[in-house]
Amino acid sequence: MNQFPWLTVIGLVPLVGAVVLWLLPPSLADRAKHIALGASLVTLVFTVAAALQFKTDSSAKYQLVEEHSWIPQFGVSYALGVDGIALALIIMSAILVPICLLAAWNDLPAAEAHRERHYFALMLVLETFMVGVFAATDVFLFYVFFEAMLIPVYFLIGQFGGPRRQYAAVKFLLFSLAGGLIMLAAVIALYVQGPGGADGFLLTKLAGIQLSADTEKWIFVGFFIAFAVKAPMVPVHTWLPDAAAETRPATATLLVGVLDKVGTYGMIRFCLELFPGASQWATPVVIVLALVSIIYGALLAIGQQDMMRLIAFTSISHFGFIVLGIFALTSTSWAGSSLYMINHGFSTAALFLFAGMLIARRGSKRIADFGGWQRVVPGLAGVWLVAGLSSIALPGLGSFVSEFLVLAGTFQRHQVVAVIATTGIILAALYILLMYQRTMTGPRPDIAVPDLSRREKWVAAPLIALFLVLGFYPKPALDMVTPAVDAILTSIQVADPAPVVGAAEGSTK
Amino acid sequence: MSTAVLGAAPAVFTPATLDYVALLPVLIVLGAAVVGVLVEAFVPRTSRYAAQVWVTLLSLVAALLALVLGAVNHQVGTAGLSQVGGTVKGSVVVDGPTLFLQGTILVFALLGALSLSERLGGVGADAFTPMGSSTPGSPQEAQAVKAGAMTAEVFPLFLFSVSGMMLFPAAGDLLTMFVALEVLSLPLYLLSGLARRRRLLSQEASLKYFLLGAFSSAFFLFGTALLYGFAGSVYLPDIATAIGARGSAFDGLLVPGVLMVLIGLLFKVGAVPFHMWTPDVYQGAPTPVTGFMAAGTKAAAFGAILRFLYVGVDQAQWDWRPALIVIAALTMIVGAVLSVTQTDVKRLLAYSSIAHAGFILVGVLSLSREGVSGTLFYLAAYGLATIAAFAIVGLVREGGSEATHLSQWTGLGKRHPWTAGIFAFLLLAFAGIPLTSGFTAKFAVFKPALESGTAGVVLVVLGLLCSAITVFVYVRVIVLMYFTDSSGDAVAVVEPSAFTTVTIAAGSLFTLVLGVAPASVLMLAERASQFIR
Repeated sequence: MNQFPWLTVIGLVPLVGAVVLWLLPPSLADRAKHIALGASLVTLVFTVAAALQFKTDSSAKYQLVEEHSWIPQFGVSYALGVDGIALALIIMSAILVPICLLAAWNDLPAAEAHRERHYFALMLVLETFMVGVFAATDVFLFYVFFEAMLIPVYFLIGQFGGPRRQYAAVKFLLFSLAGGLIMLAAVIALYVQGPGGADGFLLTKLAGIQLSADTEKWIFVGFFIAFAVKAPMVPVHTWLPDAAAETRPATATLLVGVLDKVGTYGMIRFCLELFPGASQWATPVVIVLALVSIIYGALLAIGQQDMMRLIAFTSISHFGFIVLGIFALTSTSWAGSSLYMINHGFSTAALFLFAGMLIARRGSKRIADFGGWQRVVPGLAGVWLVAGLSSIALPGLGSFVSEFLVLAGTFQRHQVVAVIATTGIILAALYILLMYQRTMTGPRPDIAVPDLSRREKWVAAPLIALFLVLGFYPKPALDMVTPAVDAILTSIQVADPAPVVGAAEGSTK
Repeated sequence: MSTAVLGAAPAVFTPATLDYVALLPVLIVLGAAVVGVLVEAFVPRTSRYAAQVWVTLLSLVAALLALVLGAVNHQVGTAGLSQVGGTVKGSVVVDGPTLFLQGTILVFALLGALSLSERLGGVGADAFTPMGSSTPGSPQEAQAVKAGAMTAEVFPLFLFSVSGMMLFPAAGDLLTMFVALEVLSLPLYLLSGLARRRRLLSQEASLKYFLLGAFSSAFFLFGTALLYGFAGSVYLPDIATAIGARGSAFDGLLVPGVLMVLIGLLFKVGAVPFHMWTPDVYQGAPTPVTGFMAAGTKAAAFGAILRFLYVGVDQAQWDWRPALIVIAALTMIVGAVLSVTQTDVKRLLAYSSIAHAGFILVGVLSLSREGVSGTLFYLAAYGLATIAAFAIVGLVREGGSEATHLSQWTGLGKRHPWTAGIFAFLLLAFAGIPLTSGFTAKFAVFKPALESGTAGVVLVVLGLLCSAITVFVYVRVIVLMYFTDSSGDAVAVVEPSAFTTVTIAAGSLFTLVLGVAPASVLMLAERASQFIR
């Protein structure tokens, strides 16, 4: 047991930073971004310290546990705790936030400098909620963070986005809230079905409760819809391209890279862990939807004119892989999906942020407005290519490991599905390389813009370093998530299909 | 069960024994209202405003203190808020729900009185016309303004209304309930018609409210008569006993009687189809009155509905429950859907209050103790946010008069970040976003409803869908305030005095606290949720 409330502190530091920013006297307003970056770095330090306290060989389900009664009348506790998957996602968020803040350094023109602190404060508030949502081990608390997270994002899109920001912000909010409200009904129903009492919302109390088959299905559907909207899966994905295209690259990174992971994380933590029966009942539909997401997202990505929209559609395709891995229900595919969440976070961040650098130089998001830029900005072209290659899972870069694991794990159970999913990789090569070709190759354009500045190098360096580390030496990350994966799969009594040709067909399903 | 004692009609007249401690809060407010009338008659005009404000605020604080001390003392004696017992031969029942709602109404009244007293630098309360009897726009009115006249009688009227509200949920028989209903309503009809600006609208609202209110009172009274015919008594416990021993020739009177009484009560909370007055009155009435009326009337009337349903006609629930389920569903749907098309902030909040009435009815319909405590909590949370929201609406002005059209609110977030920020927060609370009181409250009514059976589940799902619709409405206002470029600088937030500032600060602070740390108030509501029958 841990006495120091690591997770609370990790969540609290950015919040304090945000409050400081809002209360900053006008004379110090130009220091706002420095304070924000400082707060996010302190958070990162605490996160690393917490990660060092985490023991991968522990038999406890959750570590760094905190538990206090919050609203006993509703059975709600303030309960935090992490397993390997949650911790990995928190670390990813803590790394991405300072990078995003740095990338957003000059997002606001000098004329709008007075809004700067508001902008950075909202991002810090978002970090608080992101930590909370991954760390919550109480269903109600999870729901609170899940919904509260929408507010800062809504303002980030609506106040600082592009020309169609209002539309994008409202669409984002309505999609998410509709999903969230359906989940609320499921949350309450889950409590009513559970053991009840003053701490009846604790995950540990709810795991393994006996539900009638129909009830389980209904509650599962309630949760799943909310997560599918979040993740985003076809057909409830339409908010994402709009939101990503209309917002600033840094916000888009946090939105797609971290926020959407709540959907896939929720599928593991809630849908499968709490409703294993209903999950298996829904598996055929979910797998088909995941496949559709993979192919359809990739095809639409190929057709995009707008860089940000293109990246958003690649994410829809990638989320299809993650969901596929989750519902394939093998330990390999789960390890792959968990790792994929991390890798996708970093590679999408790289794509969005580098695209943001290009957009800031050209003043346009249209791919057609570029061309031949590798002769103008060779450094930026280089990192842009690396980011793209990471996104299409080139061996040696992080995504390769995870995508391979997902496909290998899926193949154990559903061969045909895995084969179809693999075509997604080919399509990925198409959309990324076509984009690179259209933006970077060709005759030298008549434009003079500076190459990567020192600040931008600081944005790019950690991301590329992470690609390489996770690509060549994924063991620490895998070690972190594997025990959690095994624990969950054991608890819901799913065994890997025996690796014998022919026997895998319909063995446990 | 105290029904035996209450039901036995004594042959000889014996004066009722009064528990003055339990009645003290109501008596203080009533007494202060009478003092206010005397102040109006004898205190010179120059110091009348100050005197009225002092009498009002002090009496409300004193009543609140008396209530809290009384409740605490009884709690020590009998371990529970709910054991104070019936006084005045069961006509006034001071039990847990009564105490909770009286306390809530007194807090509403304090905040309401503060925003009512806002002068904005003038001689009298800013929201009220200097001379209610003058024709709008007439020379007489101009003369009154010139002479520095003011309508200080709003304060005693306000106090009378408060006392009626406090009595309403405590009424143990239908006649007392009717008296309380009239005591709370009549002053409100008058207050609605006294707006300083847009007086014709205000007078129209007042007349509409009065006429429809009179109709609904008639329904209530007629229902009372029918129930008297059925049970031979107007005391709620006697009616309950009579329902238990059904089989008389007058059985047919029960259902019409119950439904007619309910019509009278549902009119006050603005449930569909008895909601027609709500938007007009909310829009026309002086804004501080609207805020207080929305909060206080709802709390009082839902208290009366709870007592009538739970104590009086509980055993006949198979007869009235289907009707009430339909009304709850309709109220949520109509309130949510019609709020989408509103272009006036006050009308928007009016439709939102209709939708909220539907949500509260879902809690009432769960027919369990938990449902009562959820309803009580919802009333407190909703009222506090509403009073603060209307106080803010009263501050947004264009050329002196209130800028209530939504188009006038564009870009407010950029020019007045604090005001717009608090208003946005309150809107999020109405929408039921987590970490605001609105979410806790919705949870508190939906959870028992979900446990109460199929109808409850359907209502909860419907409620969530309607919540989604209302979210769209509130978000649209936030979009206007923050994301839309302002049309001009003519609309500004006037600098409020400490009075309004306290109202807004307290209302929004409670909204935050009840969202983040609601445990203590929930516990209070839970312990106060047992009716004495």
